[in-house]
Amino acid sequence: MTSSIAPFLIFYLGAVLLAVTPTGLRRVIALLVPVLGALNLYALPEGVGWTLPLFDYSLVLVQLDRLSLLFGYLFHLAAFLGFIYAFDVRDRLQQVSAMLYAGSALGAVFAGDLITLFLFWEMLALTSVFLILARRTARSFSAAVRYLLIQVGSGVLLLAGALAVIADTGDIAITRLTLEGLGPWLIFIAIGIKCCFPGLHNWLTDAYPEATPAGTVFLSAFTTKVAVYALARMFPGTELLVYIGATMAMFPIFFAVIENDLRRVLAYSLINQVGFMVCGIGIGTALAINGAVAHAFNDVVFKGLLFMTMGAVLTRTGKINGSELGGLYKSMPWTTGFCIVGAASISAFPLFSGFVSKSMVMVAALEGHYEIVWLALLFASAGVFHHAGIKIPYFAFYAHDSGIRCQEAPRSMLVAMALGAGICIFNGAYPWLLYDMLPFPVEYEPYTAAHILTQCQLLFFSALAFAWLNLRGLYPPELPSTNLDVDWSYRRLLPAAATAVASLAGRGWQYLDGGGQALASRAVSRTEGLLVEWGMLGRTWAIKTTALWILILLSSYVFVEYL
Amino acid sequence: MAEPEKTHLFDKPRNVRRVLHILYALCGLTLALDFVIHRHIDHPWEALWGFYCVYGFVACVLLVLVAKEMRKVLMRREDYYDE
Repeated sequence: MTSSIAPFLIFYLGAVLLAVTPTGLRRVIALLVPVLGALNLYALPEGVGWTLPLFDYSLVLVQLDRLSLLFGYLFHLAAFLGFIYAFDVRDRLQQVSAMLYAGSALGAVFAGDLITLFLFWEMLALTSVFLILARRTARSFSAAVRYLLIQVGSGVLLLAGALAVIADTGDIAITRLTLEGLGPWLIFIAIGIKCCFPGLHNWLTDAYPEATPAGTVFLSAFTTKVAVYALARMFPGTELLVYIGATMAMFPIFFAVIENDLRRVLAYSLINQVGFMVCGIGIGTALAINGAVAHAFNDVVFKGLLFMTMGAVLTRTGKINGSELGGLYKSMPWTTGFCIVGAASISAFPLFSGFVSKSMVMVAALEGHYEIVWLALLFASAGVFHHAGIKIPYFAFYAHDSGIRCQEAPRSMLVAMALGAGICIFNGAYPWLLYDMLPFPVEYEPYTAAHILTQCQLLFFSALAFAWLNLRGLYPPELPSTNLDVDWSYRRLLPAAATAVASLAGRGWQYLDGGGQALASRAVSRTEGLLVEWGMLGRTWAIKTTALWILILLSSYVFVEYL
Repeated sequence: MAEPEKTHLFDKPRNVRRVLHILYALCGLTLALDFVIHRHIDHPWEALWGFYCVYGFVACVLLVLVAKEMRKVLMRREDYYDE
């Protein structure tokens, strides 16, 4: 039997139902939608499914191939686990927006053309922001506004790039692009924002830790993975990505070590993991792409699991700072256990999911003769074990006893965490089911004696370093603090600069007396007249250029205004 | 009145020491296995004896020491942005 229902539509309809039904029914619907969606996806035929005419073009709403199908199943799984985790959440706002958000992610990965991709790209931003707003604190509100501005900005860049590409090629289909000319670069940067390229990454570490416990679980699954998918679709084998990815894998771990908010530590390690995927896409061989995609799959599950455990801690104790937690293994033994499974998976211990996917990218890096990049990735592997593998469980559940005694996590959360942990171990111990779904045939064998041994050596000696630093008192203590990142430039520097310019200009204007002010005004209008008649502004411009400048002007105005 | 709380696993320093001893043993074991197992080599650096052990240890110590230095530049009060 074949189906022809667009995957996103099921989620959007589900969201409409959630908006009108009472609490008890809502939680059932929320669980049913991903299951129905997965069945529908199973029945969808490959190739172009749904088209919609738009002027001279025809939008392709559903296009299925191995790559999009894998991400499709992944997003259904993530939504299912997320809604189990959020089973006790009664907040309609969170349920509806999470459902729309998951649907938008599906819309984006099945989009067959640039315009459809753009629409769902923006929907991802618009629907997910409510998961941050739903925390209903002043902090989360301002973080949400910053998040929305940057995400919508990414969409605007994507649209501008898409229009430039369409104008050049006359084709709206999503195809492989090379980094030549304005259009591809704009698309590259738009994806780069959602993908957390270095310098463009700060929205994630700013906003994700401010969302609700369940909200962060949903957020960690979709936006960055849609971006990884888009990169794999449009820019595979782009060498620049190898270096961008290696940088992404490296720099966040330093921030993670000194960060106090444990969900922010996980946010930094999310960027670090996406770095491995970006690097794999940049290498571009079959092994590397397979590795990147398999790691995206595993990352959604283990990073979701880790965010779930920290969300459970936040739910039960109301605290999330490492400096205020500790000793919780006494109160939350199950959550502790699931957290350790997640930690072992992200650290790529043998028999856990990270082991079977991260190494594909690393082997591909060596095969492609990227030795320095390989060393960087190895450093990042040791580092991720250090901050996500040890630091998260250690400071939350062990370390010094904070004296907090609370209940174990609610049952719904435990079920979701147990399922996530089960998938982590299953994919780690029996990776062939996942390997069968990858875009290219897999010849890679993860369980060789050499691989198991070297990985154990790397991890055990990283743990030894942690123990040694701790015993010697060299390990930096968890301190209540804020660490500056790129966001400082737009949360402090830019406003300060604007205030300085405004006050300087104001003082200068006052300094002139009435005659001087009139003179200055006249000079300005005279110059304006000259420019319009003979200068730059008097020239006729192509509509494309004008539109681009208006776009840049308006978006920077919006950005500065609402920051 | 609440009952006196039961002692947990790591309330006894002996158990903490045990965990550490297990870790030391595992480190020693994997290092020793480097003599025995003929590793498949993709790159000459990997062939060095104990390469992964040394790299993992040094990487983590470096990571922490550099991050500690970063604190001097980057760390602010918790409510830095809240004013």
